Amino acid sequence: MQKIGVFVCWCGSNIAATVDVSAVSEALSHEPGVVYATNYQYMCSEAGQNTIKDAIKKYGLTGIVICSCSPRMHEATFRKTAAAAGLNPYMVEIANIREQCSWIHKDMATATEKAIILGKAAIAKVHLNAPLTASQSPVVKRALVIGGGIAGIQTALDIADAGFEVDIVEKSPTIGGKMSQLDKTFPTLDCAACILTPKMVDVAQHEKIKIYSYSEVEAVKGFVGNFEVTIRKKARYVNENVCTGCGLCTEKCPQKNVPNEFNLGMDKRRAIYIPFAQAVPKVATIDANYCMKLKTGKCGLCEKICTAGAIDYSQKDQLIEQKYGAIVVATGFNPIKLDNFEEYSYSQSPDVVTSLEFERITNAAGPTSGQLLRPSDGKHPHTIVFVQCVGSRDTSGCGKPYCSKICCMYTAKHAMLTREKYPDTDVYVFYIDVRTPGKNFDEFYRRAAEEYGVHYIKGMVGKVAPKADGKLMVQASDLISNEQLHIDADMVVLATAIEPDKSARPLATMLTASMDTNDFFTEAHPKLRPVESPTAGIFLSGTCQGPKDIPETVSQAGAAAAKVIGLLAKDTLTANPCVAHSDEMMCNGCSSCEKVCPYGAITYVDKEFRMPDRTVAIRRVAVVNEAVCQGCGACTVACPSGAMDLKGFSNSQIMAEVDAICK
Amino acid sequence: MIFSYYPGCTLKTKAKELNFYAYQSAKALGIELQELPEWQCCGGTYPMAKDETATKLSSVRALTLARDLGNDLVTLCSACHNVLKQVNNDMQNDEKIASKANIYLQLKTPYHGETKVLHYLEVLRDCIGFEEIAKKVVNPLKGKKIAAYYGCLLLRPSKVMQMDNPENPRIIEDFIKAIGAEPVIYPFRNECCGGYLTMEDKALTQKKSNTVMGSAQEFGAEMITTACPLCLYNLRKNATEHDLPVIYFTELLAEALGVKED
Repeated sequence: MQKIGVFVCWCGSNIAATVDVSAVSEALSHEPGVVYATNYQYMCSEAGQNTIKDAIKKYGLTGIVICSCSPRMHEATFRKTAAAAGLNPYMVEIANIREQCSWIHKDMATATEKAIILGKAAIAKVHLNAPLTASQSPVVKRALVIGGGIAGIQTALDIADAGFEVDIVEKSPTIGGKMSQLDKTFPTLDCAACILTPKMVDVAQHEKIKIYSYSEVEAVKGFVGNFEVTIRKKARYVNENVCTGCGLCTEKCPQKNVPNEFNLGMDKRRAIYIPFAQAVPKVATIDANYCMKLKTGKCGLCEKICTAGAIDYSQKDQLIEQKYGAIVVATGFNPIKLDNFEEYSYSQSPDVVTSLEFERITNAAGPTSGQLLRPSDGKHPHTIVFVQCVGSRDTSGCGKPYCSKICCMYTAKHAMLTREKYPDTDVYVFYIDVRTPGKNFDEFYRRAAEEYGVHYIKGMVGKVAPKADGKLMVQASDLISNEQLHIDADMVVLATAIEPDKSARPLATMLTASMDTNDFFTEAHPKLRPVESPTAGIFLSGTCQGPKDIPETVSQAGAAAAKVIGLLAKDTLTANPCVAHSDEMMCNGCSSCEKVCPYGAITYVDKEFRMPDRTVAIRRVAVVNEAVCQGCGACTVACPSGAMDLKGFSNSQIMAEVDAICK
Repeated sequence: MIFSYYPGCTLKTKAKELNFYAYQSAKALGIELQELPEWQCCGGTYPMAKDETATKLSSVRALTLARDLGNDLVTLCSACHNVLKQVNNDMQNDEKIASKANIYLQLKTPYHGETKVLHYLEVLRDCIGFEEIAKKVVNPLKGKKIAAYYGCLLLRPSKVMQMDNPENPRIIEDFIKAIGAEPVIYPFRNECCGGYLTMEDKALTQKKSNTVMGSAQEFGAEMITTACPLCLYNLRKNATEHDLPVIYFTELLAEALGVKED
């Protein structure tokens, strides 16, 4: 029989105003096994905790029940208190009589009755509690960052600066991501390349950082502190260690007709290429889809002219195995495809461009060397219409239901820069709302509208119709003057919604990290744990978690790094002992638990069993990896034979609580 | 190939040639269109009201008839096509409408949208194939620049019509290519012609129809083709500033197949 102490908290007036705390402690003192019951104004205070410690020692308590706030709030506090008095911390139970009782009831009699019942349930459970000991597992002191955009770069630099090894896996030939394609950044208008490329160089030169460019994560095994990752290093047909990045091959390659993805297909590159001048690593890559030598065996020009002898047509994909203590996801975003928005004529006119394409057109290193020229005829546009929310905040099912967050600001930037450089160009912006929450953001937007004379019109564009004379007829509504507008524009720029990169979904499956319906990674808590995935050891950086601008991405990248550093600084990890375990005598190896486990914590082994007739049988039984299990309990519900149970929340304990409530 | 066929009122009166050439061409393509016995008016646009069941009943009767005959139901007029597909969709997905209609009609076997409704163009594209049609063309309309006019009813709402992308369609353009002519893409091919507003606001309809025909002309069209009797009427009567001929697509088909008789 347990010796149980009951401690009822007033929480000032939070509980005591609605629950008769003396009546609760009095009623619970008569429950079986209860040897001590009291109440106090603030049980979590030092004096309150001392009351608990003294009682544990004085009455030799083997279990305690605290009737107070939610366990989310102070379970950890009271477990520490119990441990300090020599009691196993898992012998503490909390009855939540605040959030689930006093705060939601008005009548004292009912609230008191309910508080007593909740206390009884906790007492019934603690009778069945057993001391639990948390296990320890070692931590591999190396982090993996997936994605080499500004989010991944910042996270890697912060982790490396703290003294830990970091590997960046980037699927394209260079790091830099979307930010490397931008011209200027709001609201300060500093040039994106000027602030990004030094960071890219820092990454390349950092002795603690290794870049796997043109590589992808192939498989992930293991658990927090001890992930085993397979990285596929795609064949680039150039020896990275030998190539000097001189670029001669990229000028001489005879295959000139490859759409240049860095400029979003608006110009051409060669089959051997370096994405842009400041690429890191600055190494050439052969595009196997276009290289004549690789496709037909004829050519080989780049090999002949390469003075470093770096070309290697026989290169194969390489698989690299590496162990990591933590993994950071920084897979970023892409603009959505505009197939569902044909009313804007994006596929029908080259002068209808996305904002990212406009960014390249205005970039000095872009296809027009920074001259604002119409893609169709290379002429200077005199009227430009910007359309916001193309696919964002869309409930029709054609686009995305969420706000892409960055479009209002970059459109203001585009509009302002256009007016500054070309005062003869009329600029219209159609919007649903202009959203500018951010430091100096609203001032920036107002400058565009008030000082630069950008015409902001509340209303949406219904149709963009290419005319035979090359103009674009923009048909729109002006909601404030309540009239239909027809504008003859030279260019139309679509602020296209952003979505997570397509690589995120398969990666989430490999990592058993959860995603929302839009394929953004979910955080462990939307407010209090915003950079951690619910899966232990997986951290989130940048737009893979939700739309973000650069300042926000960099803040989150730093926060993710801080969490990783906190993890890697430990030599061992204390696991949560409230994990599932399987009774192998009852398990029939049916795989039901494995199918529902969101963390991949369950595996199967063939085990020898001595049968009653003294023969030996081999049976397949479930084994729970305690370091991976998060104690969610899904397997205990799914198990048809009742072999799965959760330590600290066993089926019998929960039934005892239910019985106590229903009595 | 045998299909049940729902002509609709207009095809028996104002739009006889749309119907006539459809039959001629179908015959040449080896398709038998069996007109539904005792079909009634689809209800025009009235059945599009969500809160009224009575107006949908005549469509449900037609759909049920086709089901009982075991055929897919082919229709030709844009409005009938729209109404039949929308009502069919309601019978499949709107439990309230379906149960009311079934109770009222007291059918032996309740109807829940089992019939497949096809536009004549869908039969050409999906059941025969434009490539097959191109092979059967004996009188290709070579060098003719033809603008397809979709109007608003043929493709929308796209989730229910399930025919083509309503903002950038290609089914009539592909048809025009199949009969040997050259399709003209112009931006107003899927905009409204003014529709029934011609009864009430002539000036507005004239403006809409003029915009459509003007745009087609601007892009070099010599002729406009359509599947909709009301569109044809508006473009012929209300596009007052332009003078392009407007012809039903079935007439062009009959001509190309060499079976056109007046």
